[in-house]
Amino acid sequence: METSKKVDTTGLMCPMPIVKAKKALDELKSGEIMEVISTDKGSLSDFQAWVKQTNHELLKHSEKDGVYTFLVKKN
Amino acid sequence: MSAAASPLQKMTAGELTRRVLSKEPLFILDVRNDSDAADWQIEGEGIELINIPYFDLLEGVDAALERLPKDGDVLVVCAKEGSSKFVGGQLVEAGRSSVYYLEGGMKAWSEHLEPVLIGRLKDGGSLYQFVRIGKGCLSYMIISEGEAAVIDAVRMTDVFHRFAAEQGAVIKHTLDTHLHADHISGGRKLAEQTGGTYWLPPKDAEEVTFDYEKLEEGNVITVGNTSIEIQPVYSPGHTIGSTSFIVDNRYLLTGDILFVESIGRPDLAGKAEDWVGDLYTTLYDRYKSLPHELIVLPAHFGKITELGEGGAVFARLGDLYKHNPGLQISAEADFRRMVSENLPEHPNSYQEIRQTNMGRIDPDEERQGQMEIGPNRCAVHDK
Repeated sequence: METSKKVDTTGLMCPMPIVKAKKALDELKSGEIMEVISTDKGSLSDFQAWVKQTNHELLKHSEKDGVYTFLVKKN
Repeated sequence: MSAAASPLQKMTAGELTRRVLSKEPLFILDVRNDSDAADWQIEGEGIELINIPYFDLLEGVDAALERLPKDGDVLVVCAKEGSSKFVGGQLVEAGRSSVYYLEGGMKAWSEHLEPVLIGRLKDGGSLYQFVRIGKGCLSYMIISEGEAAVIDAVRMTDVFHRFAAEQGAVIKHTLDTHLHADHISGGRKLAEQTGGTYWLPPKDAEEVTFDYEKLEEGNVITVGNTSIEIQPVYSPGHTIGSTSFIVDNRYLLTGDILFVESIGRPDLAGKAEDWVGDLYTTLYDRYKSLPHELIVLPAHFGKITELGEGGAVFARLGDLYKHNPGLQISAEADFRRMVSENLPEHPNSYQEIRQTNMGRIDPDEERQGQMEIGPNRCAVHDK
């Protein structure tokens, strides 16, 4: 899957992962995909809720060794 | 609001506890995502709370400002504290005064313990209840002549160490009424740290990986030289091993069998059908034969309204037989039906918590905190 932007929020705590993700998403065009990396354990439920609330699409999320990866498609 | 707004202020979980207990009015803006906020919130008779996720306030806080009262303190809370500082800072910038954030967030709220004196025991002994207000867990410390016993200790063992030291007491015994499923026990750790003895009901301890002393009916444990007695009473139902304690012939520590406004659930080890009958026998036979003057001290409260003066949670056994809805159903078949129809959702991570309490897994502190997030949900009828 081709991503248009990668946002690395490693080491940042809530609310910064979503603040940065939102900023990046604002610069994307509709249909483009962004990858966000986070190490904040609260990220998963917050990303799911945020993407749903803002009507974008969470294509995929995964967790490995405490690192969360989210693929968000802009609507 | 005036142009000169006060800066964002910090409120600790302890300060918030005192506000809740004094029933002071307080407006809370919970900025966690809606599912986390719906799962578990700060409650109190003076608390008014709204939930707006922080990610809805990234571009401005007008949506929040218009729902806040014009005056009075506003406390912003989130999971840890980052987002509440972020949103609180923006409210202050927008000119709102008297804005606070909760230090350490809901995690700190979940972990705060408030000690409350329940009563004096013979020869100068004392019984304290430790109210874990955010999660609804109750621990106890019995102190007599420089010795202490802690019952149903939660994992924040530093609080018990500090308190015992302040009272000039050494913790000699830690006891769990049962193998807990909603929170991680601090009993074993506390006993290891103080060189004390950890007591568990053997029927709940069949799969544990560590050494412990067997809590069995007839084995009286004493605290201090003049022997404040802790008499174990086998009282299965919430778990097969559940054991209550009669302390100083005056208090009945019921664990998760009997609460003030509800009764324990029998299903957290997956054996509801088997254990509901034990629960019935304990509540309608075993406890009923005990002196009704005993003061019931449970291991949980379910609703904030169960907290009385100073935050204490207790009731006379005889009064519970009059008012507790779980004690008004005399036919066993009706009781079985009532229990099975009113079982709430499981406590969060309850299987992992049981495994931890058996010593079979050893999650780090941070993971332990996450596992325990949420209400205790140990009673029938809890939401």
